[in-house]
Amino acid sequence: MLAMDYRGPKRVRAVQKPMPEIKHPQDAIVRVLRTCICGSDLHLYNGNVPDTRVGSTFGHEFVGEVVEVGSEVTKVKTGDRVLVPFNIACGECHFCRQGMFGNCHESNTEATAVGAIFGYSHTAGGFDGGQAEYARVPYANVGPTIIPADMDLDDAVLLTDVVPTGYQAAEMAGIQKGDTVVVFGAGPIGIMAARCAWLFGAGRVIIIDQEDYRLEFARNYSYCEAYNFKEMNDPVVFIKKITDWIGADCVIDAVGAEAAGNTMQTITGRKLLLQAGSATALHWAINSVKKGGVVSIVGVYGPTDNLVPIGNVLNKGLTIRANQSSVKRLLPRLIDHVQNGVLNPKGLITHRLPLEEVADGYRMFSAKLDNCIKTVLLPPTANQ
Amino acid sequence: MENTTIDPTQIKGWGIDADPKNDPTYPMRDRMNVGEDPDNKHRPDSLQPVDTEVLRSIERPNVSAVFGTPAPPRGVSGLIRRAAFKYSENRYRHWLPLVLADRVSVVEGIVDDLAHGKVPNIWAEKGYDVEWKYNRTAFITKMAVIGLATAGVVALLSSGGKKKKKHVKKDYLSRF
Repeated sequence: MLAMDYRGPKRVRAVQKPMPEIKHPQDAIVRVLRTCICGSDLHLYNGNVPDTRVGSTFGHEFVGEVVEVGSEVTKVKTGDRVLVPFNIACGECHFCRQGMFGNCHESNTEATAVGAIFGYSHTAGGFDGGQAEYARVPYANVGPTIIPADMDLDDAVLLTDVVPTGYQAAEMAGIQKGDTVVVFGAGPIGIMAARCAWLFGAGRVIIIDQEDYRLEFARNYSYCEAYNFKEMNDPVVFIKKITDWIGADCVIDAVGAEAAGNTMQTITGRKLLLQAGSATALHWAINSVKKGGVVSIVGVYGPTDNLVPIGNVLNKGLTIRANQSSVKRLLPRLIDHVQNGVLNPKGLITHRLPLEEVADGYRMFSAKLDNCIKTVLLPPTANQ
Repeated sequence: MENTTIDPTQIKGWGIDADPKNDPTYPMRDRMNVGEDPDNKHRPDSLQPVDTEVLRSIERPNVSAVFGTPAPPRGVSGLIRRAAFKYSENRYRHWLPLVLADRVSVVEGIVDDLAHGKVPNIWAEKGYDVEWKYNRTAFITKMAVIGLATAGVVALLSSGGKKKKKHVKKDYLSRF
């Protein structure tokens, strides 16, 4: 089968690989119909996630058709079209039973600090991802969710990560009616977080980024105010100024390790890898939220340390909430929102490429070329 | 494009998930302490057979019920990874060697390609076609800067080597 193949930092290609096999009675094999490149894939692409082995296949956002199931699989059957949450969860462990499906304890041998994620390095379990014609899907009784007959596959594929992660970012921010919410990062997750903030009753939503085309997209898609931090002397002072010198009620970090905007953070975090990524957005979030406010983190960082003003967290009495999205927990509500027209996930898609052009797709997304917001990859088998 | 003030209540779906009780919110809302969960060590009935080398975090007692199998450790990078897994996730001795192993495996990957008669198409793998198409001027500038910097480093190292050689010779002569 054709699959994406990681060869080293900023080097990927599409090659023929062996078909995935059933390894566990609850496994299913899925023929991939749509798969996306996610902003967090860029951390892998740039070589910033430890234990990202050459030969791995990335891709944690995918939908497909079940073509084979293990002997204990009862919830899906051959021929079902399913959306596959990006996190692999057993549904039975102490954490899954609390709805923490992003923190499953029975899917990742190699690290305890993160649950397993499809195609996201051996630190996240070492599973091959969905940027391929076929993928092995463990715990098929738990994760895969049958796509409603009337749902577009483009909407479905964005329900595997982008929509639930954006929604959970807003949920974790504890938004109350009338709150001012600032979102750092106008990538797909940030744009979705800004859109979802309204669902929780935000009174004002502001998004900050450095790419004008993304800011304009966010204004239209998320109905929010959008500002370019390159046009400010200091984003924190700017936010204080436009919030009556109080600060935002809630701030969402939807950037993570690839943040720009602070030379010291960029050099130590992204170039020298002395930190687990550049923590510029998180730094700004802590300093621009009001005293007693909430910082919600969905931007992804590595497993080591970051330079952030933790003293200000103490002195301002902040609450920080963070997690990988618990996709399965949120799906029923989010499917409703899509079917009722409240959310329009596929409106984020700007590019479609065949899987054979995966290297171009990564470069385009990484370098923000051709006004790229969200890229969908189509495997050759998608049209069979 | 200017920012305009809007009436939030006109946005489709505004406030439909508002919940005054959403505090504390996820992930703490449904928390269950280990002591409250008599089944806190519960595992799935079936365990994936361990028929390949799986590196296990020493912060857990067993191999998880399922695990990925695509790229078992091998070669020099594999040796480094095995050494890294002797330390916990709490230690730099765990993570930094893994980063090193990743870089070593890049070289191993190129050697492996060549051993299989395949010359890696670096231009294509780096997606330079789209840089050329959409970002040509910046791309040419970037490549020129990298080329000049590389040439400069090579020139510096070359001249440094010659000087050193001369210096050694002078010392040698002065001794006699």
